[in-house]
Amino acid sequence: MVGIVVVSHSERAAEGIREIAREMGGDVRIEAVGGTGDGQIGTTPEPIREAVEAADGSGEGVVVLVDLGSAVMNAELALEEAAVDEAVVADAPVLEGALNAAVAATAPNATVEAVREAAEEAAGVSKL
Amino acid sequence: MDREAQAEAIREATAAMADRMAAEKSVLTDLDSAIGDADHGANMNRGFQAALERLEDADDDPATLVKTVGVALVSEVGGAAGPLYGGSLMKASGELEEGVTAESSVAFAERYLETVEERGKASVGDKTMVDAITPAVHTYKKSIEVDDCDPLEALGKAVDAAERGVAFTTPIRAKKGRASYLGWRSVGHQDPGATSTLYLLEELLEVAREHLDGDVETDAEADVDPEELAEPAAGGEVDESANSDGGS
Repeated sequence: MVGIVVVSHSERAAEGIREIAREMGGDVRIEAVGGTGDGQIGTTPEPIREAVEAADGSGEGVVVLVDLGSAVMNAELALEEAAVDEAVVADAPVLEGALNAAVAATAPNATVEAVREAAEEAAGVSKL
Repeated sequence: MDREAQAEAIREATAAMADRMAAEKSVLTDLDSAIGDADHGANMNRGFQAALERLEDADDDPATLVKTVGVALVSEVGGAAGPLYGGSLMKASGELEEGVTAESSVAFAERYLETVEERGKASVGDKTMVDAITPAVHTYKKSIEVDDCDPLEALGKAVDAAERGVAFTTPIRAKKGRASYLGWRSVGHQDPGATSTLYLLEELLEVAREHLDGDVETDAEADVDPEELAEPAAGGEVDESANSDGGS
């Protein structure tokens, strides 16, 4: 099963987004990572790499959802170092994208590409 | 300048940069408070202190030392500056594997700029560190390859160019980075990343002056202090004129 990693500048935001995505994500593995480790707002690459490797439990790949600027860069750096076969950063809003990805990952035979596409569809959704 | 001397110059440059980041911590944080998240000074200071510590156990090889600094910055700086400064130093350090020469320092500078642009997806005019790095790197390359300057003089001109680049960030509107969320309200504020780049380049120039003075060659085989030159590219600072001894 494709795994999902939620990266936010805030650890609590990442946890909260995971909480919401889990409601519809069944037993999909979702890792939440955020903050700088010393209680500050921000992101660093090492915890993201660890989360990506943890989310790749079954080796079927990982889709990463990110919030702002440095989360994107640190996620890209983390993926360059992570010991996984396939992992991508989705160009999607972090909350809606995580929810879409969680649902897509529950589909039989879901692939990293399919989960990423589902996450990225969230970018075009109008709320009103 | 042999590899050992290059390594020593790199260590000195890193120490000078760490001192400068400590001294400018509140200046950088104030700039970042105006248009960002108010952590740039503290982040850069923490990163360079970590870099100094990691250099203590690193081998005396120019590429290894620069890469070590990059790794430290990536893991300790946090924010966008970590991957931009650290990741770019890590990648560009590969250009110094044969040591620091005028040629390899140009390659280092170009690789550094290219990596920052790719990672940050920023271009000149976005009000980011790219506005300081780009003129510095282009000036450095042209000074060496076209104007036949020695590396020290070229570095001085590069610092001047970076300083103009920093000034250029003030009147423009941010298109990348946290400041872009402010839209037009970002106008009138100097970019923190461009500013720290300039500070680092200024320190590189100072250390280069001490090591290259009267001992500069520009041909490919020269054991110049290129290392130092290379590092500045990464940081990007401005300074007065690099006149000093040209390559004599």
